[in-house]
Amino acid sequence: MSFPWAKHYEPTSPFMKYVDSRLPVPRLIYDSLGAGYPVPKNLNYFYNFGVLAGVALVVQILTGVILGMHYAANTAIAFDSVEHIMRDVNGGWMLRYMHATGASFFFVVVYIHIFRGLFYGSYKPPREVLWLLGLVIFLLMMATAFMGYVLVWGQMSFWGATVITNLFSAIPVVGEAIHTWLLGGFSPDNATLNRFFSLHYLLPFIILGVVILHVWALHIPGSNNPTGIEVKGPQDTVPFHPYYTAKDFFGLCVYLTLFSIVVFFLPNMLGEVDNYIPANPLSTPAHIVPEWYFWPFYAILRAFTQDFLFVPAKLWGVLAMFSAILLLFFLPWLDTSPVRSNNYRPLMKQLFWLFVVDIIILGICGGKPAGEPWLRISQIASAYYFAHFLILIPIVSRIEKPLPLPNSISEAVLGKKAGVPVASQPMGAGHAGIPASAQPAE
Amino acid sequence: MVKLFAFVIGAVFCVALLWGAVVPRDAALPDPVAKYHLAPKEVSWQSDGVLGTFDRAQLQRGYQVYKEICSGCHSINRIAFRNLTAIGFTPAQVKALAKQSDIASIDDKTGEPNTRKGIPADKIPGPYPNETAARAANNNALPPNLALITKAREDGPSYVYSLLTGYKDAPADWKVPDGLYYNPYFKSLNVAMPPPLSADGQITYSDGTKSTVQQNAKDVAAFLTWTAEPTLEERRRTGLGVVIFLLLLTALGYLSYKRVWADLKAKKPEMLAAE
Repeated sequence: MSFPWAKHYEPTSPFMKYVDSRLPVPRLIYDSLGAGYPVPKNLNYFYNFGVLAGVALVVQILTGVILGMHYAANTAIAFDSVEHIMRDVNGGWMLRYMHATGASFFFVVVYIHIFRGLFYGSYKPPREVLWLLGLVIFLLMMATAFMGYVLVWGQMSFWGATVITNLFSAIPVVGEAIHTWLLGGFSPDNATLNRFFSLHYLLPFIILGVVILHVWALHIPGSNNPTGIEVKGPQDTVPFHPYYTAKDFFGLCVYLTLFSIVVFFLPNMLGEVDNYIPANPLSTPAHIVPEWYFWPFYAILRAFTQDFLFVPAKLWGVLAMFSAILLLFFLPWLDTSPVRSNNYRPLMKQLFWLFVVDIIILGICGGKPAGEPWLRISQIASAYYFAHFLILIPIVSRIEKPLPLPNSISEAVLGKKAGVPVASQPMGAGHAGIPASAQPAE
Repeated sequence: MVKLFAFVIGAVFCVALLWGAVVPRDAALPDPVAKYHLAPKEVSWQSDGVLGTFDRAQLQRGYQVYKEICSGCHSINRIAFRNLTAIGFTPAQVKALAKQSDIASIDDKTGEPNTRKGIPADKIPGPYPNETAARAANNNALPPNLALITKAREDGPSYVYSLLTGYKDAPADWKVPDGLYYNPYFKSLNVAMPPPLSADGQITYSDGTKSTVQQNAKDVAAFLTWTAEPTLEERRRTGLGVVIFLLLLTALGYLSYKRVWADLKAKKPEMLAAE
């Protein structure tokens, strides 16, 4: 792991020597989060969000484990047990608001983390596996968040579960059977609630496992950086500790402050009022919406209104929604430009910001009732979503002429003029190859 | 090859979507309710804002309105009698209030159903034993549990106030079915609840506050804001401390970050290269 100039752990006290020679956990920490991990010295605040996502996961697990001690996964009393937590459990209101708000904040952090990766080309070689593992975490998070929302067993929990699980019945031939099998019945009921609780408790620990792989995969090539060019030598890096532990601690404080403001002063801002009405299978809410972090994908799901190529509109919507996420797995092979950072890709940079606007438009449409003008807007925005990844990125990565890259991270940091054109310096470009540490230090 | 597949799939999705966008659709039927439906009136509440609190005297008046009027049909059984000490009742008063209620129980000798006197630990019992009984007594309408009502409606406290004070005659082109009442603040405009507050002075307040319909509605809406979240004041008080602590910690975190990086930022490029 890591670069040849990384410092090595040298225990000084006899006790630490004893431990290190038998179970080198201190060495593992030192090499992964301590002074033994050299990191590019030019990381900006967007690189704080990986650590923040880790903290958000831990907050969810800690609050969730305690909430689980007071929650009852039974349709007759689930809603009441949540209100019992809010009223009668000591600090229960704080735990529940932290958990509910924490889910939203987890998604905010992860979305920023993903967009940071998109902007600086962190998905490109040699970090494809790192990117793929991140997407696995994202998928697991979505499943976990969806099932957690159902546990409240309010109106929106129940009807959200009904709508989302119904998607599976769009699959030809076997759809209905899969739908029934997933729910343990013909509509969400006690069997559904119980299995969702079980899985909602399980999946975060699987996420934690994939996070460990994600961090491991990060430590092989080391962090990307805003210039997107390779680390050339010791002058380009600083030890993770104390430099980035200090910066991450400051970022964490800002994050926790914003988190606390929402938890303590606006805890229901991101929720639906209908979810304070107990689930009632006989009364459908006028407007069923998922949580905000699913809105862009919900907009894509609803954007298909016409049967096309003998495939019904509903199936198109389901295919498109899943494709919208799954296509991200192919991104490293769709964007073949050798330059990582959009700072040096004038055309791609514009596309990136157009895509951000597109996602925001999709998000707004997903939160609105299905009707005009939102439906037509979401159809055009969805088409652009697919065009961005599947058509524009492959074309642009071929025809674009990137700006000259700086010779090294140090040079970029010191603001020297980059004079060498891309073609003449292959080491600065994307395909420097694994392992980066094999490059000679300058 | 990947790019070719991507191109084809992308093109198919785009065509399917844009095809859907250009195909003309039947115009949606205008929603007849939208023409008359009103958003809740703008009312200011002492519990509004970052550090809003409850007015204990108002909550007690609101409890009186609930007890004398609303409790005929609506339950608030997420609240126990003991919780009422939080709005200013003494433990002795709570005990006396609880005693007035009959709680369903079983005879501990014979096992037969019976009733016993309430104690402070009991939830405040609702007027009906179950949903069927509630519907049977109300022309098949179900009076909702009010304990969470202000959190279960947009702009909850103002909604409750608006609904209670918003009854009026239906416009000429709006048909109100028999047994329902016109109220523009209700989602379907036709509400099964008869106007519960019909005249000033319907309730006599013991603290000398003038008892008008508006005042009654405001007091009970404030009370229901409390029943929906009795921990509201505690939450804001705790939050204030937490946020102040975190702001200080953020300032210290920023200073230590700057200090840790100071030597690196100060170094000349030659020194860096020589490291």
